Parts: sequence; structure tokens; C-alpha cells
Amino acid sequence: MSQDVRAEIRQFITGRFPQLTLDDDQDIFALGFVNSLFAMELVMFVEQRLGVRVPNDELRRENFSSVTAIAALVERVGTGTEATAG
Amino acid sequence: MTTTDTREPAPPAPPDPTRVREFVDTEIRPRVEEYDEDERVPDDLLRRVTELGLWAPFLPEEHGGTGTDMVTLARLHEEVGRGCSSLRSLLTVHGMVSWSVWRWGDQDQRDRLLPGLAAGRPLAAFCLTGPEGGSDTSVAATSAEPDGGGWVLTGHKKWITGGQLAGLFLVFARTGKAMTAFLVPADAPGVTVRPLSGILGTRASMLADIRFDQVRLGPDAVLGPPGWAAATVMTSALDLGRLSVASGSVGIIGAALEACAEVTATRPSGDGVLADRQLVRRMLSDMITNRRAARLLCAEAGRLRDTDDPGVVTASWVAKYFAATAAARAASDAVQIHGALGCGPRSPVARLYRDAKVMEIIEGSTELQQTAIADHAHREVTP
Ligand SMILES: Cc1cc2nc3c(=O)[nH]c(=O)nc-3n(C[C@H](O)[C@H](O)[C@H](O)COP(=O)(O)OP(=O)(O)OC[C@H]3O[C@@H](n4cnc5c(N)ncnc54)[C@H](O)[C@@H]3O)c2cc1C
Repeated sequence: MSQDVRAEIRQFITGRFPQLTLDDDQDIFALGFVNSLFAMELVMFVEQRLGVRVPNDELRRENFSSVTAIAALVERVGTGTEATAG
Repeated sequence: MTTTDTREPAPPAPPDPTRVREFVDTEIRPRVEEYDEDERVPDDLLRRVTELGLWAPFLPEEHGGTGTDMVTLARLHEEVGRGCSSLRSLLTVHGMVSWSVWRWGDQDQRDRLLPGLAAGRPLAAFCLTGPEGGSDTSVAATSAEPDGGGWVLTGHKKWITGGQLAGLFLVFARTGKAMTAFLVPADAPGVTVRPLSGILGTRASMLADIRFDQVRLGPDAVLGPPGWAAATVMTSALDLGRLSVASGSVGIIGAALEACAEVTATRPSGDGVLADRQLVRRMLSDMITNRRAARLLCAEAGRLRDTDDPGVVTASWVAKYFAATAAARAASDAVQIHGALGCGPRSPVARLYRDAKVMEIIEGSTELQQTAIADHAHREVTP
């Protein structure tokens, strides 16, 4: 798993919630302050990072709930596609 | 000698804001006060909107649209909003549903629905708010239960723009603890549409109260990810709605400014006219400044949407917050400047005043924006 991808995701989340000391496996939705607006931003961030749309069957809360989950999604969906840095 | 032209025909051009401006001046403004009072946008105007390709021009050509970019869409909705916020509201909700089908629909849903939606046949409405309240969507009482391979939808939606006209509803319903979006034909058994009349503003936008009583839906009624519509279909549609309402609000400021420029230039005051008075001049200066600033915020939100930039979410909130509050102030000042003329029956600025107030309530109220935009303080100052 690319450390760069994890670092980018971490930076995107802490850019918005600077008070967080984020552990990669922490469920960000369980922290209580992630609303649907930020969840949408996360989806757009991942799609911009990948340069492709995330298919509907991958658009699940669990897939966006932690740095590890998002990085795994990026790897899964991005396989075979050229990632375009945002 | 004949030659065969093998070139592809030119793609249909996006609607031109200058042409739409003329349409508004010649075909909407002369009759808007009359139909606002009748609480109904006339059918022939709706047909003209179809002819001008305004219902969902952002759809790609293969789905019946003209691939209009969002910066241009904002200008188009500003022009329509300058003439009539009711019609602009119909464009807003129809656009939100059409865009959602394009963005989140599967191939079958796109092929089945988009060519019709591009032409406004049927019109579509966006059903999120229930009688229990609109700001907190987690309290939504409408729900859907799995039934065989499909769903059974039960609930009640209120204040639905275009609900009296629409043939297709995009309905948000609780499915367990989560939220799912459903495409529901207006003529499905169990759907009852009741017109709402006497609304304060956007009076001709044909609002409806809609009940869903055990409405049976197939699996193909689900739009987007089941159980995660709040973060996907709902948020992205509202985001487009905010850009549209913000742009319509720029149009309201423009209409207020036009009316005030005219009346202040001719209304006698002392040795001169109202336009010479400093307190009046301040109001005109604010309208000019706010219109320019709001237009730039809309263009920025449109540009970010065109590039799928995550920053669009905040940009649309900021644009809508600024434009709607500025429109409410401009319309209030316009009534003030007109005095009794602004209070009379069929006064255009009185309509702007009523319509502008609605802009502060729909697509996220002013208070929600005032509390939410602050979440971005840290990112805003981080290089
Ligand atoms: C003309 C018109 C057209 C509409 N069209 C549609 C449509 O097409 N589809 C649809 O789904 N809905 C539609 N709506 C409903 C609209 O989305 C809601 O009115 C809006 O979301 C606000 O919800 P509410 O009216 O229930 O007010 P409430 O949520 O009850 O709020 C009442 C007041 O409390 C304030 N408030 C609420 N929560 C907070 C908070 N956390 N902090 C501070 N203040 C708060 C609000 O700002 C508001 O001033 C329409 C409404 C109108 C008036």
C-alpha cells in the first residue's frame, strides 16, 4: 500500500479537522463530527485522486470510514487506471 | 459535381445567456406579476423553456443536453432569476434531479430517463423535506422497507417545488438507519399530490404536498448507493441547488437594481431626484457591489464543480449564503426606495422582496450556513 496515498488522505482529513490525531484505523464517522458534506468531499477527493468515478457498489460508508479503508478503496478502484494527482 | 459532406454535424450549442436575457425581458417580465398572482407559470412559457434548451443543458449531448458548463449554467439561472424566481426554482429542482440521474444512475436509468428529462418531459421534483422539518434531514419520517426484490415507500413530503407539475419525483427515505434515494413516477399507485397555495414567495412555483402510501417500487427505483444517499445523491444535488439559488439571487439583486436605477433617476426630491440623495445612493452602491461579488462567488463555485473539485461543497455554501442574504437586503432596500409604489398590488419589487426571503430558507437556511461555513476556517488559512 502506497504510503503517499495514506499521507494524502490523512492530510485531507486533518486539513479539515486539525484537532485530530488520526490513527489510520480510526473510524472517522464514530468521532461524531463528520457530516454528509464532508463525506461528499471525501468521495470527490478520492475520485479526483483516482481520476475515475467510484462505482455505486463501492460507495459505502465503511469504505470511507478510515484512512486504511479509503486507501484500500483507492487501490481497489484504481487498479488498472492511471492515478491522476488532484 | 456533388460532394458528400462526411463531417459530423455540429453539436447543439449551449443556451446563450444573452439570448435568455432577451427572452426574460420580452416574454417573462411583461406578464410575471399576473401569473405570480395566479400562482402558476403558464404552460406556453414552460414550452419556451424547452425550446430554449434550459431544463438540463449540462447533460452531455448523448443524453439530450448540450454539455453546458456550470459557469454558464450559473449565468443562465441568474438571467431567469432576474425575471422570475418561480421559473428559476422549477429549473433548479428539475436540474437537481436530472443531474442526479446522470451522476448516480446506472446505464439503464440514464438511457431510460435522461433524454426525456433533457427536454423537460417529464418535469421532475426533489422530495427531501417532510412536515417534520427540513434543516435536520435525520428526522425525516418517510421510510422504505425491502419487499421481495423491491421496496415499499411510505411517507409525506411537503413544500415540494414543481410538485404539481412533475411526472417524476426523487424521494429521499430512511432505509433502516440510513437514507436511500428513490425515483418515483408521479402516477405510481399510492402517490397523492395536493397543491399548496398562498405561499409567501416563489408563488408560481406550483408547490405540492405529496403523500406516499405503501408505494411499491422495483429495484430499479433506487438511485445511487443504497443506504448512503445522504453523503452522495442528496449532498451533491443540494450542492447544485445552492449554485442555482445563489445565481437566481444574483438575478434578484439585478432586478432590484434595475427597478431602483429607473425610479431614482426620475422621482423628484427637493431640487433634484431621489438618485441625488446620499442615503439612497448607499443602497444603490450596495446593490452594485453585492451583485458583482455574488456573481464572482457563483462563477467560482461553477468552476470548481466543472473540475469535480471537492472545494465546490464549501464554495457553493459560501456563494449561496452571500447571494441570498444580499438579495434579501437588496429587495428590502428596493421596496424602501420605491416607498408606497413598492407596496402596491403587482409591484415588481414587492415580488422580489417575497421571493428573496425564500432564498434565505431553501437549500440550507442562512443560519445553517452561518454555523457550518466556520468548519472550514482552518483549511481556509492553510496554504
Ligand atoms: C418556497 C419553498 C420551496 C421549497 N421547495 C422544496 C423542494 O422542492 N423540496 C424540498 O425537499 N423542500 C423544499 N422546501 C423546504 C425547504 O427545504 C425547508 O423549508 C428548509 O430546508 C428549512 O426547513 P424548515 O422550513 O422545516 O425549517 P426548520 O428546519 O424548522 O428551521 C426553522 C428555523 O430554524 C433555524 N434552524 C434550524 N436548525 C438550526 C440550527 N441547527 N441552528 C440555528 N438555526 C437553526 C432555521 O434556519 C430556520 O430559520 C421549500 C420551502 C419553501 C419555503
